[in-house]
Amino acid sequence: MVYLTEEKELMLAQKARAVRETLIQMLVAAGSGHTAGPLGMADIFVALYFHILNHDASKPDWPERDRLILSNGHITPIRYATMAHAGYFPIEETLTLRKFGSRLQGHPERERLPGIETTSGPLGSGLSQASGIAYAARMDGLKFRTYCLMSDGEQQCGNTWEAAMWAGNNKLRNLTAIIDRNNIQINGMTESVMPLEPLRDKYEAFGWHVIEIDGHNFEEIVDACEKAKAIFEKPTLILAHTIPGRGVPEIEFDFHWHGKPPKKEEAERFLKQIRTAGGKVKGEYA
Amino acid sequence: MLNEHAKLNPKVLDADVELALTRDGFGNGVVEAGEKDKRVVVLCADLADSTRAEWFQKKFPDRYIEMGVAEQNMAAVASGMANYGKIPFIASYAAFSPGRNNEQIRTTISLNNVPVKICGMHAGVSVGPDGATHQALEDIGLMRMQPHMVVIVPSDNEEARKATFAAAFNNGPTYLRFVREKTPIITTPETSFEIGRAYYLWRDESPQVALIGCGPLLHEALKAAKALSEKGVRVSVVNSHSVKPLDTVTILEAASEAGRVVVVEEHQVAGGLGSAIAEFLTQVHPVPMEFVAVRDRFGQSGTMPELYKEYGLDSTAIVAAVDKILKRT
Repeated sequence: MVYLTEEKELMLAQKARAVRETLIQMLVAAGSGHTAGPLGMADIFVALYFHILNHDASKPDWPERDRLILSNGHITPIRYATMAHAGYFPIEETLTLRKFGSRLQGHPERERLPGIETTSGPLGSGLSQASGIAYAARMDGLKFRTYCLMSDGEQQCGNTWEAAMWAGNNKLRNLTAIIDRNNIQINGMTESVMPLEPLRDKYEAFGWHVIEIDGHNFEEIVDACEKAKAIFEKPTLILAHTIPGRGVPEIEFDFHWHGKPPKKEEAERFLKQIRTAGGKVKGEYA
Repeated sequence: MLNEHAKLNPKVLDADVELALTRDGFGNGVVEAGEKDKRVVVLCADLADSTRAEWFQKKFPDRYIEMGVAEQNMAAVASGMANYGKIPFIASYAAFSPGRNNEQIRTTISLNNVPVKICGMHAGVSVGPDGATHQALEDIGLMRMQPHMVVIVPSDNEEARKATFAAAFNNGPTYLRFVREKTPIITTPETSFEIGRAYYLWRDESPQVALIGCGPLLHEALKAAKALSEKGVRVSVVNSHSVKPLDTVTILEAASEAGRVVVVEEHQVAGGLGSAIAEFLTQVHPVPMEFVAVRDRFGQSGTMPELYKEYGLDSTAIVAAVDKILKRT
C-alpha cells in the first residue's frame, strides 16, 4: 500500500459510485436487507479492497493475505458488491443476494463464498475472531494484518468489550479495528437507545491507539490504516464517522433505512442520486 | 459378564476399584496432542488448575493462552485461531462453556465450521457442593443440536485421555465432557477408542434389556448389571461415549437383541444421549425405553453419592428402571 495519488483517489470515488449502484440493484432484487449501513460503508470497503488490503481475488485462500473480518454481518451486501467489483465473482451474481441456493446469504457464511473470512451476523463476536487470527499469526511470525469492521451498535455487546480488553492486553499491533460510527441502530439513535460515548476514551482505557476520521474521505481512510502499521505497542481503532445512507441524499441520517431495502420506484431515484453524486455531476450518464 | 474383548480394568467391579479424574485424562491427552502437533493450543478462562489446562501451560507456555473470566470471547478467539489454522482447545466449566457462550459456539464455531475443541469440565450433578448454578445438565443437548458438532462423553480417566487426543485430529468442531470428582477406572490403555464407535462393557447370553450410557455413570450401570445377573436378569451394557455421531449399528444391534433399552446419563432426560437414541430407534426399530437421567429439575449442593441417589442416577435406580421395563412387556 502507498499513500494516495490524486488519480487513485478519483478512481476510488468512481468505484464507490459503481459499488453503490450495484448495492441498490441487489437490494431491490432481494426485496429485503439493510440499506443505510451498507451505503455508509461503501467508501471504506472500496478503499480496503482497491487500495489498502494485500489480497488476490484469484487466490482467496492465499495464507499471506490480509484478513478482513466483518463483525456486523448485516452490512454484507456492500462487501459482496465490492468483492464482485474487485473480481471475486461475476457482478451479475450479486442479484442472487438472499435467494435460495445463492452463495450470497443474507448474512455471510465462510463456507459458501470464497473470500468471506468468517460467518457473521449475531453482533459482538467479530473482534474476538479477528483478535484470535491476529494472535495466531503473531505466534507464527506471519506479517499480514487483520482488519475488523464493526458497527457502533455492537459496542453495546459485552463480548465486544471482552475482546477489546483481551486484544489490548495482548498488544495486538497487527490488528486494526474500524468502527462504523454512523449513530443509528434499529430502535433509533445510539445515544438515545444506549449511549456509547466517550468511545475514544473507552478504547484508549482498554489499551488501544485511537484515530478518528471522516469515513468518506479516502485520504483519511488510507492515512489512518497506514498510521496503524506504525503503532508498535498497541492495536489500533479507527473511529470512522460515517453518514448512514451516504450517496443517496434523501435517506442520509435516517435510521428508518437501517433495515429495509428500497422499492423499485425509490431505487430509480436513488440510482439517479448516486450517478449524479447528489446532483453535482451532470450529463448523459445520469 | 464383562466383555473380555473390551480389555476392561479387571478390578472394575471390585469394592476397591481405583479412582481417577476424567479431567486428568484431559490434561494428559491434550499434552500428548500438543507433543504430536504444534498447531494445538489451549485457551482457558481463569480455571487453569481445576481444568488441568495448567499441565499444557507448563509444557508449552507459548501455546497456552489466558483469557480471563470471558467465555464468550474465549469461544470466538478460538474460532479465529482455528480459522487461521490452529487446533484450539477451550477449557472451562460446562455451565459456562458451552453454557454462557452458546451463541458464539453456534455462529463462530459450528456454522463457521472450524475445529475448536470445547472442553466442558465439572458437568453433571456430581460437581457436588457447588450446587445447581455449576451443575451443567443441558450441555449435551445444547451441543448435539448444532450441525457439524461432534459430542463425546468419556467414561473414565483413560477414555478421557484417548478422547481428547482423538478430538485434536478429527478436523471439526467437537465437544468433550468431563466431571469434577474422581470416578472408577473402567477401561485400560488396551481398550480401543474410536469416535463414533460404541462398544459392549457387559454382555449376557440373550439379554432381556440393553443398558446404553455414557460418562462415569456407566460404572453404576455395570454395578446394576452385576446385581441383576445375580437375580437371574440378563442385560447388556453399551458404552456410547460418542453421543454424536451415534454408533447406530451397535445401538441397533443391542436394541434388537434385547428388545428393551434403558439409557443412563448424568444429564436432563430432555435432549441428551437418551433423546438421541430414542430419535434413532423410533424410526428403525421401536422398542420400549426407560431413561435414567435428571427429570426436569436443577441440581443442589451435596456429595456425589447423595446427589446420584436424590436424582435417581445410581445403580439402585438403574435396577429399578430395568424392573420397570420388564414389567411393561
